[in-house]
Amino acid sequence: MSTETLEQDQIQEQAVVKAPSEALLSKRRKKLMSDPLDEDNPITVQVLGICSALAVTTQMKPTLVMAIAVIAVIVFSNLIISLLRNLIPNRVRIIVQLSVIASLVVLVDQVLKAYFFDISKILSVFVGLIITNCIVMGRLEAFAMGNKPYDSLLDGLGSGLGYAWIILAVAFFRELLGSGSVFGFKVFEVAGIPYANNGLMVNSIGAFLIIGIIIWVQRARNGYVEHN
Amino acid sequence: MQQSNIYIIVFSAVLTVVLGGLLALAAVGLKPEQKKQEDLFKRKSILGAVMEIGPEDDVLKIYEKEIQSYVVDAEGKRVDEVNGEKVEAENIEVGKEFKKAPEDRLYPVFEKLNESGNIQCYILPVYGNGLWDKIYGYMAVEQDGNTLAGAVFDHISETPGLGARITEKEFQKRLVGKKIKDENGKLVGITVLKGEGNNPTDPHKIDGLSGATITSKGVQKMIYNYMDHYLPFFEKKASGSNISMN
Repeated sequence: MSTETLEQDQIQEQAVVKAPSEALLSKRRKKLMSDPLDEDNPITVQVLGICSALAVTTQMKPTLVMAIAVIAVIVFSNLIISLLRNLIPNRVRIIVQLSVIASLVVLVDQVLKAYFFDISKILSVFVGLIITNCIVMGRLEAFAMGNKPYDSLLDGLGSGLGYAWIILAVAFFRELLGSGSVFGFKVFEVAGIPYANNGLMVNSIGAFLIIGIIIWVQRARNGYVEHN
Repeated sequence: MQQSNIYIIVFSAVLTVVLGGLLALAAVGLKPEQKKQEDLFKRKSILGAVMEIGPEDDVLKIYEKEIQSYVVDAEGKRVDEVNGEKVEAENIEVGKEFKKAPEDRLYPVFEKLNESGNIQCYILPVYGNGLWDKIYGYMAVEQDGNTLAGAVFDHISETPGLGARITEKEFQKRLVGKKIKDENGKLVGITVLKGEGNNPTDPHKIDGLSGATITSKGVQKMIYNYMDHYLPFFEKKASGSNISMN
């Protein structure tokens, strides 16, 4: 489903791009950003980037940082690859994409270590694993290689936000039910409600359940059916 | 042209140099800040063994004022240099030392001073194996070399909600006031019991963590081993030799 829409997008793209000057946030460009939030969400519809969605979502704070890191990497790698798209030799394009992503990820990791040491300790290896996050590479290969820089930037932002809101939603429920808090704020304790933390939610299994429920709700609402 | 081998090689070479250069620049540029953060973190954990550190506390200032540190060897003798290089307790990597045989290791000692500048307790590192990976921390031992005054633990990848609970103050507080030696002065360590809710009154036992028996046993072993390593140091101290002064 996702590749189909991509192809359609690209055909549309080529038709529209020739127009003399397009509004900075035209309808088409808005769609670039809003599609991945819902109908073409990288996690729930394309089912990419699941690994980190399971691993880093036990608490809100590190999840937020992870989301920002992924958005930064995806936006800038989309932009850079799009700028270079006419220079990149086709035969080595994947490795070029990979090295751009890897460099950005290492950069993000270094910045986190310098300014958000506590959180970088919690995220540890998962920042490095953004390199292998299929969402990033998927966007480069499917979009940035064939589209102008500004469009690619918007597309990256959309996909990044699509990833972000899902993992934040998962983290919200996992932290609330698993540790009884939100952003470290002990909700149940303050409200005076006796609550025993649910250990299941702290495990990856909890994340699976929540992602499953989100996918279910979303598909039921959008009437999405998987076709073979 | 773009598909020619020469073009591909040149393109790849240029890309590598540009990206590599950028990363090198970032690494060098951010190094001082990263080092500062690491030092800060280490000092925070050391102090964390005996006090609660709030977010607005000036860790470096407190550390400077209240901690006095030096390094001893396995026989409890003070070590000031190794191979002509000055050793500082803050720079000893306990994890690296852990890989050596116990008798070859360097053991840092952090003395916590009270307001009048006298030793209040000793803060000593501990290091060992959890379930999935290493666990480590600092133990505060009172002057008698027997009573525990506090502890702080951390881990690399214990299970969140189970073994990872060793990082919680609630667990660490269970050690306060417990004794590591029996009546005859023999080291017995602390037994971490299976499960929770036993509330042991025995001075050598604490409650463990439900669902994290192996991590609990790791904590028990780690405490015993390191207290054992520091025994010679405490004997020297007890015999009145002044190790802390140069």
